[in-house]
Amino acid sequence: MSSTPDAQQPEPKSVRGTIVTTVPRASFDPAGGAAQPEELLDVYLRVNGAEQHIRVPGRRLLSDALRHDLGLTGTHVGCEHGVCGACTVLLDGQPARACLMFAATAQGHQITTVEGLSTPDGELGPVQQAFVECHGLQCGFCTPGFLTTITAYLDENPDPTPEEAREAIGGNLCRCTGYQNIVKAVCRAAELRRGEQAPPDGTQTPAAPTERQEQR
Amino acid sequence: MSTRTVGSSVQRREDPRLVRGDGRYLDDLGHDALAAAFVRSPHGHAKVVDIDTSGAIDVDGVVAVWTWEDLEGTGSAAEPLPMLLPHPSIEHPVTGYALAKDRVHHVGQPIVMVVAQDRYLAEDAAQRVRVSYEPLPAVVGVEAARAAERLVHEEAPGNVGAYFEQHLGDAAGQIDAAPHVLELDLDIERSACMPMEGKGILARWDAEEGRLKVHASTQTSTGLRAALAAKLGLPLSAVEVIAPDVGGGFGVKINHPWPEDVAVAAAAMRMQAKIKWVEDRREHFISSAHERQQLQHVRVGFDDDGQILGMQAQVWHDHGAYLPYGVIVPLNTATHIPGPYRMRHFSVTFTSLYTNTVIVTPYRGAGRPQAAYLMERTMDAIARHLDKDRTKVRSVNFVQPEQMPWDLGMVLQDGRMGIYDSGDFPASLEKLKELVGWEDFEDYREQARAEGRRVGIGMACYVEGTGAGPYEGGHIEVETNGRVNVSTGLTTQGQGHATVFAQIVADELGVKVEDVHVTTGDTRRMAYSVGTWGSRGAVMSGNALLLTARKVKEQALRIAADALEANPDDLEIVDGIVRVKGAPKSQIPLPMVAVLANPLRYAFDETARAATQFGGKSDESKPPIGDAEHPGLEGSDFFSPVRTTFANGMHAAVVETDPDTADITVLRYCVVHDCGPMLNPMIVEGQVHGGVAQGIGGALYERLAYDADGQLLNASFMDFLMPFATEVPHIETDHLETPSPLNPLGIKGAGEAGTIPTSAAIASAVEDAEGFPIRRMPISPPELWELRKQHASDTTDPS
Ligand code: FES
Ligand code: FES
Repeated sequence: MSSTPDAQQPEPKSVRGTIVTTVPRASFDPAGGAAQPEELLDVYLRVNGAEQHIRVPGRRLLSDALRHDLGLTGTHVGCEHGVCGACTVLLDGQPARACLMFAATAQGHQITTVEGLSTPDGELGPVQQAFVECHGLQCGFCTPGFLTTITAYLDENPDPTPEEAREAIGGNLCRCTGYQNIVKAVCRAAELRRGEQAPPDGTQTPAAPTERQEQR
Repeated sequence: MSTRTVGSSVQRREDPRLVRGDGRYLDDLGHDALAAAFVRSPHGHAKVVDIDTSGAIDVDGVVAVWTWEDLEGTGSAAEPLPMLLPHPSIEHPVTGYALAKDRVHHVGQPIVMVVAQDRYLAEDAAQRVRVSYEPLPAVVGVEAARAAERLVHEEAPGNVGAYFEQHLGDAAGQIDAAPHVLELDLDIERSACMPMEGKGILARWDAEEGRLKVHASTQTSTGLRAALAAKLGLPLSAVEVIAPDVGGGFGVKINHPWPEDVAVAAAAMRMQAKIKWVEDRREHFISSAHERQQLQHVRVGFDDDGQILGMQAQVWHDHGAYLPYGVIVPLNTATHIPGPYRMRHFSVTFTSLYTNTVIVTPYRGAGRPQAAYLMERTMDAIARHLDKDRTKVRSVNFVQPEQMPWDLGMVLQDGRMGIYDSGDFPASLEKLKELVGWEDFEDYREQARAEGRRVGIGMACYVEGTGAGPYEGGHIEVETNGRVNVSTGLTTQGQGHATVFAQIVADELGVKVEDVHVTTGDTRRMAYSVGTWGSRGAVMSGNALLLTARKVKEQALRIAADALEANPDDLEIVDGIVRVKGAPKSQIPLPMVAVLANPLRYAFDETARAATQFGGKSDESKPPIGDAEHPGLEGSDFFSPVRTTFANGMHAAVVETDPDTADITVLRYCVVHDCGPMLNPMIVEGQVHGGVAQGIGGALYERLAYDADGQLLNASFMDFLMPFATEVPHIETDHLETPSPLNPLGIKGAGEAGTIPTSAAIASAVEDAEGFPIRRMPISPPELWELRKQHASDTTDPS
């Protein structure tokens, strides 16, 4: 049943007849991906404000490019078919599923990943802070997709009701939290954002986490 | 005194990292690793006639193509996978191979492994492998398996893997003599854990050290380690397994070795390479594990009050193509059927059957949702038959608080007697009725009716054996800078262990929670552990760490007592300072105690230099390390309970069913939950919320749909419906805290509580809204619509 070794290739000592080639692993370093026969494209991405250059095949997904070529592993992949939302990034401020896009297609757009949601000095952004305060995550795998989605949503609707908050996250799957604390976190993030927009003297402290109950 | 943190909703220590995107999940590691992809069976049942891998080899970047034959010569990798949990009821154990040999028994079974420079290329090559099959007829579903017109495995006659019975008293006699007798046929779904992160393994062989190092998305790193050492013929000491951040488990990441574990690790070892396999979503659907599906038959005898006099339950359980994880699921069903009720004449049998579908291993609740479904549907049927309030029928059957501990009279899945340790069921029911407004519901129904709306209320109770043994351990070391390193071998998949365990240690040791750093699931730090399943994490490792902290504290006080020339009994530790009670000026910081605990004469840092003030009192006639001592302020201990604890709870649901479309909406969902004292109420609530969402999924949406050939028709998130936020109602919770006498923290597990009675509670509510019995879950709008038609034409009530 097993395949035969390629006669041209030397066989490493501890290996039986199943090794086809012993070419060393091409690194994901954009310049070093030459072991692949596919045509490589030069792709320039602007991610979290920084210009990035990668050389990847045309079929390379944006999610894989971010995660594996650029090492921005915060963006997660839960389904690779556009349903779960774990891979959501912001494309010019709008939520987009990185698993449904080629890296090459993202050229010319501003991409924001979860890594870009903190302030430049490393402080948590309001949505991140709200998730921590409200226990909006358990395993954290779905979380980056929620954080990006909610960030964009609050730009559109800075003061959502709990019902609106629930609707807003209705396109992302979470298997751990049951969503309740995520809904709470959306409202809390809105409060935090309003706190930030308070007078620049910075005296206003953020309000306590919302205890409002949803009426459904 | 420093503030106690146990019992308060401390924010999670793991979160700032995770919300920044700084988590390290399996696929975030090993970017320079080779990637594996698998050729999987497209048939539910077939003979593998020939495998032609020549096309795959031509793909540039492919490094290896393995079939079953290539596993030979690496330990026992080519032998069938182990039967992990043998049980006397298992008559015909059959397990699969890491790569299929001759036959495949379900769609998705791995046959060929391709290793390439990246996953794209590995998949390209996998597509070019040609496998010839001789398809065989498949056995799908409990009924087909039970009929046994065809066999899944020749060696398992009747498709029976296991048969089990347990008897209490004289069920048949009592039923025959009872004033009322009912019989019910029940059916419950096949669903799946579906963590957002699938399975995965990264294995590397360190040729210089002759060691295999593995990262895996697992609920049991010690289990995977032992499995790999055994399969690959390596000494246990040459294998280390680390669970990095894990993106959810819910049971499916407990069963090791998976075929891919063996194939990937064997290839890494043989090729002296680093190889990674990350399961994609389709693979997770067709080759991981499912759960839940059972057919059930109940016969129950009861008196005019609804008091159960005798009950017989028969369960037919679909365990899929192989039985690697034994019969934990149907055993849990069998032993959890009595729930919170006095049951002295009871018999249960289960038949666990092979089918040509994906294997079945525990999914959150692990057999208990089926038990609650069986019992609670029965309670509702009794109430309906007697035209009584459903809560009243339950009340007359409750085990009373003064009857605790209550001996269930049955042996549990861990081989020990089931004894309910604590709980107050009447009090829980009162809380639930209050929370949901049970007594006022008729008014609401009338009001809704006037608006043309149809609503119903339902409820369900459960008990849950949690915190099962045999043991977990802890290790604590205090560094000379005050950092407290805590390890437990138990893994974590989002339950907040790093926070809760830090709370326990901080309180017991008298240090700040911020100074405590928890490591879980790393076999290098703690080689003995069982794993995270069955709501046992907090109970087992929490108590192990409490005992360990006590030990370390004792050592610290002993050393500090010497330094302060005081009696250890007169000392306390507050905010990391050891001081004489009542004379707080006489004190020594814990980091300095750590320095003194290791009489090495290097002053690495300021603390060490400062510690010299406490030196110089040593007894010249004794060695620096005494007989009962060890260098370093550290210790290890284990917790091993005599038996399992029992958490319990009750749920109520209010649903609305659309009179035209039969759409079902959960309007309210209320939970009363008793897991003993809550270590961190915020985390407990989170566990309940998540559990309920999964339960609602199981009740209304999630069903794995196989066709008669064993094709899974809904193997994607597009087609297998899991609840989004818009399908989960706001969950209202209340708690009762009855401490367990079985462990020093008095706690009981909480991980599965939310899921167990949900299908039963929703079935109860839909039944209440519609006025006819619901016997099959999940229930979809088309099914409800069909039932309506059926009951409109048939006025005889089968209950
Ligand atoms: S991974 Fe992109 S939507 Fe699921
Ligand atoms: S927190 Fe685990 S999937 Fe959402």
